[in-house]
Amino acid sequence: MQQEVVLALLAKEPSHGYQLRARLRQALGPLGEGMNAGQVYVTLTRLEKAGLVVAEQAAGLPDRPDRKVYELTPAGQQRVAGWLAEVSWPGPAPAEFHLKLVAAAAARLADPLTIVDVQRRELLLRLRDAQRAAMAEPDGSEAGLLLEGLVLRLQADLRWLEACERHWTSRRDGS
Amino acid sequence: MTEDALLSCRDLRKTYGKDAGLVRAVDGVDLDVAAGETVAIMGPSGCGKSTLLHLLGGLDRPSGGEVRLASRRVDQMSERALARLRQDAVGFVFQAFHLMDELTAVENVELPALLAGRPARAARRRATELMERVGLAERAGFLPTALSGGQRQRVAIARAVANEPAVVLADEPTGNLDSAATLEVLRLFESLHAAGQTLVIVTHDSRIAATADRMISMRDGTFIDETRLTGGTRGDLGALAGLEGWS
Repeated sequence: MQQEVVLALLAKEPSHGYQLRARLRQALGPLGEGMNAGQVYVTLTRLEKAGLVVAEQAAGLPDRPDRKVYELTPAGQQRVAGWLAEVSWPGPAPAEFHLKLVAAAAARLADPLTIVDVQRRELLLRLRDAQRAAMAEPDGSEAGLLLEGLVLRLQADLRWLEACERHWTSRRDGS
Repeated sequence: MTEDALLSCRDLRKTYGKDAGLVRAVDGVDLDVAAGETVAIMGPSGCGKSTLLHLLGGLDRPSGGEVRLASRRVDQMSERALARLRQDAVGFVFQAFHLMDELTAVENVELPALLAGRPARAARRRATELMERVGLAERAGFLPTALSGGQRQRVAIARAVANEPAVVLADEPTGNLDSAATLEVLRLFESLHAAGQTLVIVTHDSRIAATADRMISMRDGTFIDETRLTGGTRGDLGALAGLEGWS
């Protein structure tokens, strides 16, 4: 599992591992069902070793991972802020981008609409390149066919961003 | 108003109905389009973009605000002057082409020149030239019904520029077209752009927006965002195509 996703889900408030798992299940729905239940704890342990989270053991209870409350360290907070601001290419993968928006909104760390805008601009620039390259190809060219594929994929991504924008706009407006 | 704007509007408004049923289709829009610029206005259905285009082109009258085309106040023109404006200074392209089905392609293209009182011979010469320019010289004698959607839209674009308008206003020009036909239309817009034609296109097609000089996002009758996309070449489409690490 991607460490940044777990970190970002912790950014809202210190949480138990099972609470993070519940948030992931809610955000991913059926896509999260295949996830190994222990994966969150494995990731949390790694993050703890890396000094990005600290774990506090609830007093008087046995030492089990789900009894711990995890909290971001300043280094962890910094990593989350960097991840939210990062524009990766190609990508990010849909689930990562989706969770980025979910975590940003929950923790009020960044405006999901700003993240959508930045990503849209990035995609539009690629679409511009791909479309211009396609326009320069003669009709029926094989390279033109590949470029058409890229154009259609970028368009699909842009349409999904429109859906993201609608969703997070309505959340922000409280409807 | 910006000095060098060819087409501009200030605080442009269009409302329908009243009281509780009041709809603000266009709600205080400011726009400056420079000569030779291609501007794409994007937004979801019902955001007011088509109404805006109609106000800019004098097809409809605003409820408030100003529209200027080449320094002339469009919003204050008489019906007669508006009719002339639409004939000479503005070219329209529509999603559904709006060609006359009884006329051949070349006859459709020469129609604006004939309506403007040009001699028949000159009108035909210009129309034939334009049919060539849009790559349809050999289809000049076809009726629109015998042409594909992409070809019909190219004929409609040829007609729109027949009287050398100051600006071409296009409303969802690729809305009825498949991927290949869209490419033809985009190429044609690109060649018009290269020839210095000013273009304002309202669309929800991101391909048009991506190839324009400027993209404006519209929602609920107002502009919410503007992006200038000129010079965006990054040359890493290979990564998207899965060619990373092949070299």
